[in-house]
Amino acid sequence: MPEEGMEDSKGGEERPKWNNKAEYLLTCIGFAVGVGNVWRFPYLCQIYGGGAFLIPYLIALVFQGLPLLYLELAIGQRLRMGSIGVWNSISPYLGGVGVASMVVSFCVSLFYNTIVAWVLWYLFNSFQEPLPWSQCPLNHNNTGYVEECVESTPVNYFWYRKTLNITPNMETSGSLQWWMVVSLATAWSIVYICFIRGIETIGKAVYVTATFPYLVLTIFLVRALTLPGAYEGLIYLFTWEILKNPQVWLDAATQIFFSLSVAFGGLISFSSYNNQKNNCEKDAVLVGVINSATSIYASIPIFAILGFKAHTNYVSCLNGNILALTNDFDISDMNITVENYEQWFDSLNGTHPSRVSDLNLKTCDLQTFLDQSASGTGLAFIVFTEAVISMPGSQVWAVLFFIMLFSLGLSSMFGNLEGVLTPLHDLKLVPKWMPNELFTAIICLLLFLMALIFCLGSGNYWLEIFNSYVGSVPFLIIAFFEIIAVAYIYGIGRFSDDLEFMTGHRPNIFWKVCWLVISPLMLFVVLVAYVAVQAQTPPTYAAWNPDYVNFPDTEVLPYPDWVFAICVLLSSVPVISIPLVAIYRLICCMSGRHSKDSLHNDPNPYANEDYVVERARP
Amino acid sequence: MVSKTLNAPNGYKVRISLKTALGEDAYEWNQSEMFFFQATMAFAMRRHFQMETYNVDNIILCVQTSRVSFWFVVTSPDNTTMLIPKADVEKAVRMSRHRINNAFLLSDRTLEFLGIYPTLAAPVNPDTPPWLIVFGVVIGAVCVGIIALLISSLLQKRRKEKGMTEDGQDEEDMQVKGVENGINLDGTYNRGFTDDDRFTKL
Repeated sequence: MPEEGMEDSKGGEERPKWNNKAEYLLTCIGFAVGVGNVWRFPYLCQIYGGGAFLIPYLIALVFQGLPLLYLELAIGQRLRMGSIGVWNSISPYLGGVGVASMVVSFCVSLFYNTIVAWVLWYLFNSFQEPLPWSQCPLNHNNTGYVEECVESTPVNYFWYRKTLNITPNMETSGSLQWWMVVSLATAWSIVYICFIRGIETIGKAVYVTATFPYLVLTIFLVRALTLPGAYEGLIYLFTWEILKNPQVWLDAATQIFFSLSVAFGGLISFSSYNNQKNNCEKDAVLVGVINSATSIYASIPIFAILGFKAHTNYVSCLNGNILALTNDFDISDMNITVENYEQWFDSLNGTHPSRVSDLNLKTCDLQTFLDQSASGTGLAFIVFTEAVISMPGSQVWAVLFFIMLFSLGLSSMFGNLEGVLTPLHDLKLVPKWMPNELFTAIICLLLFLMALIFCLGSGNYWLEIFNSYVGSVPFLIIAFFEIIAVAYIYGIGRFSDDLEFMTGHRPNIFWKVCWLVISPLMLFVVLVAYVAVQAQTPPTYAAWNPDYVNFPDTEVLPYPDWVFAICVLLSSVPVISIPLVAIYRLICCMSGRHSKDSLHNDPNPYANEDYVVERARP
Repeated sequence: MVSKTLNAPNGYKVRISLKTALGEDAYEWNQSEMFFFQATMAFAMRRHFQMETYNVDNIILCVQTSRVSFWFVVTSPDNTTMLIPKADVEKAVRMSRHRINNAFLLSDRTLEFLGIYPTLAAPVNPDTPPWLIVFGVVIGAVCVGIIALLISSLLQKRRKEKGMTEDGQDEEDMQVKGVENGINLDGTYNRGFTDDDRFTKL
């Protein structure tokens, strides 16, 4: 007899359940596997060398990622509440950890769905022939091409002007770009329709959103390996360098940490809908391994396509030189080819050096093109779109790529938003008369309205700020407190008992050592190192200013003071709840009042949770 | 070397890239092709001026290279020592550019008149941007989906409420007597796990 099945209106609605295990696993995997697996991991492999980066990455996965993942899934499943309820139960003094998780999830949902909106915009524009980013538009009187586009590239122009309509600096806010608002509304509508009935609809949606990216990656893999230049691109994955750069360890640890999406509270929420007798150890290992395997698998087509793009650029650079030489020396058409260019150049330079130097030929080096790396939105919207133009059947590849990015982003949004909704439900902040659908709609609408700030002209600059300051240090702090809370305050003994109840066996020595020593230590070192590195880099941003002297290079500007103050606020306000709640509880405790947890107010004598949770009070 | 320093204020340099344009099907550029060019240029001049009868003799070619490139000047049909000014030649070429290109199976890029820039192709501006159409389809589907799901949730809730109030009594009795699907089950029903609230209402 399921214990919660017979509760009805008096004791609160029965907690939703996953339809089957596959939906739960796919949702967790979809949450962990996001756009970062496609556009951040390959970039790190490229700058450090694939072989060199994988070692610290896998070490960080085993000793930091998997223990944290297991911990979150376990406590969610055991205590059957969202992040706020869970941390309140473990220790009322650390209830702030749950609040911090919720606030951070809220902030991340804001900007993450804006990225999804950009992907949708590019997807909508991929159904055109020719692709809008493949050529420069004409200027007003049709006499030439738009100057901004000619000086940079059509791809850059489409991203910075046609998509973002970016302002030259942060002080100029610009106006709301209506096409961006429209894309953002679409993104939030799609998120809402998946969330309408909670995990019932999410569970159906993830069958597509979690599996489709793998299909597309495989298609791209097959296509990319047949493109010229793919081999040169793949070399990056197999370069081995000595791990002498300590930065690689920091980047590996932060990459695995942010990639697994721990400390959002979303994983806790998802596992809270599980049956208590579920082997979460296997789930954790599965999700962690699949996440890393996806990163590595995604790197192969990405590198192959980057190699193809470098090769294409190299060939067109050479062709430009060939044309200049052919025209100036009136050599027969196509006598100079890419293959014999070197010989021709040497002979012509030997006989007429002054004429050759007057031509201002560009130096074409394949390695320079290969070394051009990009991550994040630069990879997806500039580098990849440029590569797609040169592939035959560009529209198909563009559509496939952007649908894949959309699926990746959408399945991660499920976790982000779940980390906001479930704690609010558990805190009983939802009025009884309000149906869940309406509450979800209100939250989605609120997030949409707040995210309109990213649709301004300066929106991209703000998104970068949110990404760097909200999406980094607060998570490290929250995760550190999570592991300290469970390992030391809740007690590893009690936790092992809970794990034995759920999985049927006690955790082995590896998990215990990780939770007690290795993971907190690694998290602490990573946190300190990350903050130290951030403090050393001056707070600047790269602005796209057509009037800049060195345009098309981006202008490096310092943050204005008020913006910098906002950055500091963004990093500290989410985590300020941790000490605040602790102090508040201390004061309440010292003044003699018992802090009544509203979560334990309804004693339903037939629900056994009450007895179990009572034990957890300090 | 000669081409750069050639003093031909009224002449134009023509550059033809056959292999780039036609690849394997490239024809050989020989004297017959040069004659064809002269004829095409005469046609262009006739077409533009419409009064004067230009002939192939009026098109003078020089400095041919293997690129293929050459210079040409146009003389007046009435007075062969008088050259047609550059501007007029340009107008004539611009007017018939498309015909000249097609005569040689080439394009603006592979048959170049150095100094006469090709007019840029006017962009195709559809009435509705294509992306709006895709957006319309997607948002329409999503809205229909949201409304459908909301309505079905509403209907489900109403059905549940109706079911509760109507057969509330029957369900209790069935549970107490252990009747499921009309079949009497052996054994007694464990009341410990039922919702007490319903009983107390009696």
